[in-house]
Amino acid sequence: MSTADVWHYLLLGLWTTLRLSLASMGVALALGTLIGVLRVSPVPPLRWFAAGYVEFFRDIPLLPVLVFVYSGLPKAGIRLPTSFDSAVAGLGVYTAAFVAEVVRAGLQSVHRGQIEAALSLGMTFPQMVRLVLLPQAFRMMIPPLGTVFIALVKNTSIASAIAVEELLYQAEFVIGRTFADWPMLIAFLLYLVITVPLSGLVNFLERRLRILF
Amino acid sequence: MALRLSRMALLGFALALVLAACQAPGGATPAPQKGRAPLAPEGTLLRKIQDRGKLICGTKYDIPTFGYLNPKTNQVEGFDVEICRAVAEYIFGDPNAVEIKEAISKNRIPFLKEGVVDIVASTMTINEERLKEIDFSVVYYVAGQSLLVPKNSPINGLDDLKGKRVGTVKGSTSEKNIRAISDQKGLNIEVVLFDTYSEAVAAMDAGRVDAVTTDDIILYGFVRQEPDKWKVVGGRFTVEPYGVGVKKGEEELLEVVNTVIRELKSSGRWKEIYKKWIPSDTVPEPPPDDWRAVSQP
Repeated sequence: MSTADVWHYLLLGLWTTLRLSLASMGVALALGTLIGVLRVSPVPPLRWFAAGYVEFFRDIPLLPVLVFVYSGLPKAGIRLPTSFDSAVAGLGVYTAAFVAEVVRAGLQSVHRGQIEAALSLGMTFPQMVRLVLLPQAFRMMIPPLGTVFIALVKNTSIASAIAVEELLYQAEFVIGRTFADWPMLIAFLLYLVITVPLSGLVNFLERRLRILF
Repeated sequence: MALRLSRMALLGFALALVLAACQAPGGATPAPQKGRAPLAPEGTLLRKIQDRGKLICGTKYDIPTFGYLNPKTNQVEGFDVEICRAVAEYIFGDPNAVEIKEAISKNRIPFLKEGVVDIVASTMTINEERLKEIDFSVVYYVAGQSLLVPKNSPINGLDDLKGKRVGTVKGSTSEKNIRAISDQKGLNIEVVLFDTYSEAVAAMDAGRVDAVTTDDIILYGFVRQEPDKWKVVGGRFTVEPYGVGVKKGEEELLEVVNTVIRELKSSGRWKEIYKKWIPSDTVPEPPPDDWRAVSQP
């Protein structure tokens, strides 16, 4: 295996890591926002469900979640076609718990007067959340969401255990062939290719939205 | 002065008596031999073993078919342990006159050289490189890479793997071999890599891969655990002749080990041991003695 081949596999891995990160972020953001809103819902059973969800996924390690989705669920007849889909589902569901906490904190940080105003206008709870609370809470949520998403990018490496051909998987693959150590160092650096710009984007958004405030 | 000298002499004499008394039961006069090995010359490892009254044998503890510390019984068991016990039976007339020590791949050769163990039976393949370091007995088992598939799988061998997904472990020899075979035979196998064989088998249980490949003795370990679920198919497509390792230059001990293995093979006991530990439908003929005669299939 030539040096060019090593780079070929590592860059393939980087591309898969990037796709895996973006897809999982999408799932985590959608599901996490829903769970976060349910956390402050006026209906107690919904609140309890959301609290249970957050507590459960926040308190278990990620690896068993991925292995469960990949190797466990098919036995119960729930079968996501590929290891990539399994990883997106596992990472998304897991990270949603952290997103939900950010969303809840954001919603609760909106001034009480806003809620009273929305209620006095006759808004329903969903209307109030969608039109009044979330737009204001979003600003507050940006920095902690950035932290959650950077953690998500790093967590994608665990998907190598269920044979997703992402960056760490490819690095281990080429090391098994070449017995060279340097591909692992390159893989570490390639994670920065995703996480550093992501950090930059978060900082940028934070600054932009603060001006609008 | 004379009095002092004689007192010291008396003291010395008394001390010598006490020391002799302490040594009397063991030491220079060994216990009568009940086994079949004649008393070996002084200074040989075999003599040291005979004087000690037990054999110290290195095996693995984590291979359910060959050397496995059974958590239920707290005993080490398997094919390799049977070999150790047969050697002990030959030397002492008692298969229990053996102490098993864990010898993993990394430390088994140093253990022999340093005398931590007398012999090593730990799934060790005979090759030229190792023959420079230690002596090997005649071949007692031929392992090789094979395929584990679900019991109801239509896969019967390599040729049935066309376009299939085959799981194995990252960086293993098995990974390289299956890729080479796939290229050579144009099978277009998709190799799926995991961190451990257990994870690969769990993925097969979920239908994520069609077969798992590595050395047959590891695959048979999974069959032993879940005989209703798995079977080993396709024969062996690599060859690993196993031998018992002995420290270089200990001809007497090596001869004993060779005699024991040859007798196991000719008397039919080898087949009994095979049947006991390897969950396979058929029992093969014992392997030839010469490792070079075990040709690549």
